[in-house]
Amino acid sequence: MRYADEIREAVVIAVGALRSNKLRAGLTTLGIVIGIVTVTLMATAIDGLNRAFQRSISMIGADVLFIQRFSWFTGREEWAKTRNRRELTLAQAREVARLSTLARAVGVEAHGSADVRYGNRSARAVWVVGNSEDSALVRGVSLTEGRWLSAAEVQGARPVCVIGSDLAARFFPLESSLGKRIRVGRSLCEVVGVLEKQGQFFTGANLDNQVVIPITRFTTDLVRWPDVTIAVKVWDTTRMEAAKDELTGILRQLRRVPPGMPDDFAINQQEMLVRNFNQIGGSLALVGLFITGLSLFVGGIGVMNIMYVSVAERTREIGVRKAIGAKRRNILTQFLVEAVFISLGAGLVGLAVAWPMTWVIDYFLAARMSIPTALAALLVAAVTGIVSGFLPAWRAARLNPVDALRSE
Amino acid sequence: MSLIRITGLSRHYVMGTEVIHALRGVSVAIERGEYIAIMGPSGSGKSTLMNLLGCLDTPSQGVYELNGLNVADMDDNQLAEIRNREIGFVFQSFNLMARSDALHNVELPLVYAGVPPAERRERALEALRQVALADRVHHRPNELSGGQRQRVAVARALVNRPSIILADEPTGNLDSRTGTEILALFDQLSRNGNTIIVVTHEEDVAQHARRILRIRDGLIAADEVNQPHHRAEAPPRLPPVLTPPPIIS
Ligand SMILES: Nc1ncnc2c1ncn2[C@@H]1O[C@H](COP(=O)(O)OP(=O)(O)OP(=O)(O)O)[C@@H](O)[C@H]1O
Ligand SMILES: [Mg+2]
Repeated sequence: MRYADEIREAVVIAVGALRSNKLRAGLTTLGIVIGIVTVTLMATAIDGLNRAFQRSISMIGADVLFIQRFSWFTGREEWAKTRNRRELTLAQAREVARLSTLARAVGVEAHGSADVRYGNRSARAVWVVGNSEDSALVRGVSLTEGRWLSAAEVQGARPVCVIGSDLAARFFPLESSLGKRIRVGRSLCEVVGVLEKQGQFFTGANLDNQVVIPITRFTTDLVRWPDVTIAVKVWDTTRMEAAKDELTGILRQLRRVPPGMPDDFAINQQEMLVRNFNQIGGSLALVGLFITGLSLFVGGIGVMNIMYVSVAERTREIGVRKAIGAKRRNILTQFLVEAVFISLGAGLVGLAVAWPMTWVIDYFLAARMSIPTALAALLVAAVTGIVSGFLPAWRAARLNPVDALRSE
Repeated sequence: MSLIRITGLSRHYVMGTEVIHALRGVSVAIERGEYIAIMGPSGSGKSTLMNLLGCLDTPSQGVYELNGLNVADMDDNQLAEIRNREIGFVFQSFNLMARSDALHNVELPLVYAGVPPAERRERALEALRQVALADRVHHRPNELSGGQRQRVAVARALVNRPSIILADEPTGNLDSRTGTEILALFDQLSRNGNTIIVVTHEEDVAQHARRILRIRDGLIAADEVNQPHHRAEAPPRLPPVLTPPPIIS
């Protein structure tokens, strides 16, 4: 209660002092303004990056294990050792599905690209995915129209396809895509389904510009020996490690890896990406912190400078206040509040400047300046004020009353 | 017990190789309710003594007891409290807060004393009434005359009901008429039982006091009892509250 009163008094003094020195206060806070702009932009960008990543990563599915020839994160020397690994085959995928007890569904996946045409419309280098009937469940896709590939179609390498929403919109803007026969590479495929809109992956790939065809068709039409991924959806996400062990055992047997030799395949999962991203994100944040710290440091020096001037100008006032009973703490509070006010004002200006600038970031990253970011920026401004105001305020607080009164 | 007892008080300033002896061992006792003038030529050490009495400065040597407490034993915070509660300062150059109105200036000692806002306001208004400025509470110093400013300063000195009022040349910046007004105010305060110490080098001003300390070269040269007299030809124009009540016979 008493302290609140003291702070209020300090606020009144600070506002009065700043009002009579608007221009000077404004100019010296420029450094803090710039500092806060960088803090905000940096935080917004990192936030946007994070969110884009989280959104993308959720498409991969936390409960899916990807059996592939190579690990997602292969070092250069590892690459030399592993590049001669044999391909994974469709037969192996079928065996995995038959033998695994922890797998809920096993999908096969291969990627390529081909030109797609319908009548006089065409799209170049469309992303073509070879999938099996269970891939829908593994990938967690939903359809806006039609259905997914059937087991029979995969078995018989039927010329059918499921297309992404962008392709559908582009080729069949006014009519239903179902039943249309589009040319994918060399063969004509009948559209049996349309995927729901998915957006971009964080790498920038447009997921809505894809054509899914039976994997069997993929191997005859596009790539004879594709690098097949066996995607295994696990029943229980708490048993991912057990599932990994089981799959490793099955695959070593299928691929006849002698005991004691290392695996000639890799089992990848979402978590690896997350871990890797967090590492990168962490160092990014560190660099950001350093840069913003630097500009805030410069700003803080500006505030410190102006506070020294303010103390020097008001030495006599400090003397009078001490003569009528102000304690060191009162004077310290008074000048700290003034420094915080300057910095907070600069923080607000910084936010006002940064806000339109975040629209630019938004253009690339779908990032918005969030309330927590804004609050954090203001907190940083206030802390900068306290830190840089402390020495001048301390000097004021320690002034000897007689000397202060005699000044001028 | 004396309100103030100083013994062998001295204060010197070291300036490079030179040592300036502003006070060279002053001893004096001052009782509650006294009205004292300190006189002496310029540079004799009046302000130095005043600053020591007001706990704004610490002596080089000697003992200062205020209300029986040795000031040398106190730390910074305790001294601030003493200045806040026991002492009311009136300066030659008023020393008001330029950006605050009269009311807030007078409230300030109470702010530092931690008095809650409502009570603070009431007491500040009361003090302003005592100096006949009830109609100027929301004026800033630059909207007041010199005399009015000094009255605000006196109200500020009074508001926390201090044991002593210290005034260093309170009329120094005022013309003689407004000066008289302030002195009349002091007379009134003295009659109400306040202890007042005024530094001056005007004999006229000193004549209001009942005791005059004459200082020369940092020493007390004379300690005289004075019979205050008001010259009939210049009666102070007193605001109503300060006029002594008419004697009804
Ligand atoms: N801070 C200081 N540093 C050095 N010397 C000082 C200081 N303060 C006062 N003095 C010296 O001490 C002596 C006494 O000064 P003081 O201010 O007490 O005089 P005074 O009697 O109040 O004079 P005046 O009537 O002119 O106000 C002077 O010689 C002055 O120069
Ligand atoms: Mg003096």
